[in-house]
Amino acid sequence: MLKQTEGSHAVAEAVALCRPEVICAYPISPQTHIVEALGEIVKSGALAPCEFINVESEFAAMSVAIGASAAGARTYTATASQGLLFMAEALFNASGLGLPIVMTVANRAIGAPINIWNDHNDSMSQRDCGWIQLFAETNQEALDLHIQAFRLAEELSLPVMVCMDGFILTHAYERVDVPSQSQVDGYLPKFDPRQVLDPREPVSIGAMVGPEAFTEVRYLAHAKQMQVLELIPGWAAEFRRAFGRDAGGLVHPYAIEDAETVVVALGSVLGTVKDTVDEMRARGARIGVLGVTCFRPWPHAAVRSMLGGAKRVVVLEKSLAVGLGGIVSTNVRTSLSDEAHQRGTPVHTVIAGLGGRAITKASLERAFAAAMRDELDPTTFLDLDAPLVERVLLREREVRRSGPIAENVLKLRR
Amino acid sequence: MAFQPIKYYQTGTFTVGNRLLPPETRSVQADLRRTNSLNSGHRACQGCGEALGARYAIDAAMRATSNQLVAANATGCLEVFSTPYPETSWQIPWIHSLFGNAAAVATGIAAALKAKGREEVRVIAQGGDGGTTDIGFGCLSGMFERNDDVLYICYDNEAYMNTGVQRSSATPPAARTATTMAVGKEPGNLFGQGKNLPLIAMAHGIPYVATATVAELHDLEAKVKRAMEFRGARYLHILVPCPLGWGHASDATIRMARLAKETGLFPVFEAENGEVTQVSRIRRRVPVEDYLKPQRRFAHLFSPAVRKDLIARIQDGADRNIAKYGLMGGPA
Repeated sequence: MLKQTEGSHAVAEAVALCRPEVICAYPISPQTHIVEALGEIVKSGALAPCEFINVESEFAAMSVAIGASAAGARTYTATASQGLLFMAEALFNASGLGLPIVMTVANRAIGAPINIWNDHNDSMSQRDCGWIQLFAETNQEALDLHIQAFRLAEELSLPVMVCMDGFILTHAYERVDVPSQSQVDGYLPKFDPRQVLDPREPVSIGAMVGPEAFTEVRYLAHAKQMQVLELIPGWAAEFRRAFGRDAGGLVHPYAIEDAETVVVALGSVLGTVKDTVDEMRARGARIGVLGVTCFRPWPHAAVRSMLGGAKRVVVLEKSLAVGLGGIVSTNVRTSLSDEAHQRGTPVHTVIAGLGGRAITKASLERAFAAAMRDELDPTTFLDLDAPLVERVLLREREVRRSGPIAENVLKLRR
Repeated sequence: MAFQPIKYYQTGTFTVGNRLLPPETRSVQADLRRTNSLNSGHRACQGCGEALGARYAIDAAMRATSNQLVAANATGCLEVFSTPYPETSWQIPWIHSLFGNAAAVATGIAAALKAKGREEVRVIAQGGDGGTTDIGFGCLSGMFERNDDVLYICYDNEAYMNTGVQRSSATPPAARTATTMAVGKEPGNLFGQGKNLPLIAMAHGIPYVATATVAELHDLEAKVKRAMEFRGARYLHILVPCPLGWGHASDATIRMARLAKETGLFPVFEAENGEVTQVSRIRRRVPVEDYLKPQRRFAHLFSPAVRKDLIARIQDGADRNIAKYGLMGGPA
């Protein structure tokens, strides 16, 4: 059914259609609207049986999810930013135990300085925690990815994060097609857990494992994630047959066939990137886009083949590995073919949109055009106020007690 | 067996002969059909109070629930000694997730069972004092205030024994641990610190809170059984001496637990809905020295000089407990 609704509500409806049995909720912007909507659905009795639990922290949210999932319930929660970091220990635990929890991450910056707006540093910081990470480009895709996420999680007994840009998607009202209950029931089989805490068949879950078998357990986690790469394309095709639209998959190429320059990006910024590329192509530029939907596991082969013909790659990313540069671009570099390495194909890192800074077509076009002239730095901070940074650095050199960093940046703005 | 009035008799340890009790009040452990939920063969130290307490508590819970029980375990000695890969001592469905989240994991299990219409299956969370009073306190308090249908059992040996005897917020004053060394003007753990978890649990207004020791195992079993008669959040705090951490002989575990109670240092009581409903009276009051002396963690109170000042402060704490809970005096 088509409806005009907020991204968060679209996700809440999709999750409810998946018939979760336990939902745990702790408020953190910008994911609050999702669990609020789910709380109302559960309290109204429309989604039963389902337990909605208001927990005392994100660490507890993930821990309750671990217990519920281990007891065989389809389990969902949502978080963002600091909340994701606060549950970091439990994230590794959930994946290590192989529990198929589905969680929305409404992507938001990590402090300090505290900042509630969108970037990807929260989920990127947990990229190695053993969860599958899917990034939604639109609200429709966010809705659809949640339905796929439960199937993916439960098939392999692995947890899945569906990442959607905070505010940009979660709070945007758009038209979405909400599937019917029978459509979702037809696509998503009943949860049949691989392990369950049940007095009828007692098992010990979470035993201590020493050096004699730890490597094997970790290898299995890796091998299972790699299976995801084989399963996702088929399931995306099946999704298209069942729901009549494209969603999910590993990567999404756009105007890439003849492209000498390929821009790689994740999430909602892909819309702006495609618009920019359209305009540049209209003026004859051979530039295309590769959207990455599945970030973990990293779709190595798909990225490699998509970038095979590129003369240069520009990775536009809303995350920063302090002391290294890009996170996505570091992953992209591992996927360049031997020929591309020999050709010396440059992979530029463009850090953009940190803490919610708007990514404009004008700025993107400047960066892409510079790349095409081979004038783009290996690592660029899009729209960085370089003179301001220089003033702050100068002050720090001159004044020992230079004071709080964020205050200096605000004070020295002109 | 025909009814037979109980003939209490002194054994020197104040125990009541199990065989003289009616069958329904005999120890679960005296029953051949006990479940051995924490089975033999685990790696606990000789004289481990926690292993003893857990065996009695979980078997009693199994009997009380007709074996419909799931347990969530915090990281710690109990978890480590019971489940070294590829072995497990647990005969019940059991999960270990993290150090600080046993109460929340149990909440999740209880929620799943409720959603599945299997509320006859009951849930226990368990951990040591570190996992309960320190790192797991947030999750525990959350479980309490939501009144989730979980019995949380704290096996309190008064320090982080698994990591090598470091101070927790359950470590008593003057006790030497690896992080409260017996040096300086006030050797050992400082006075005036620490948390009283049973009282904090009661302040949440949960249906049932009780304390027990491994010296009175009948009492411990009865409290587990009582706890299982309630729905909602329940808390059982069991004092479990640790020969390694306390520095007493491994055959003195029961005696140490008994002395902790008989000095008044560890009040044994029950509370319902935030009000104390029953206290175990002290049978033969003993000075705290009798409890402190056999433990190396208190050796600095007796040598090279007897620290009468510090012993008096510990005695003062015991006296306050005796007055507060009415641990002396006539029958309850």
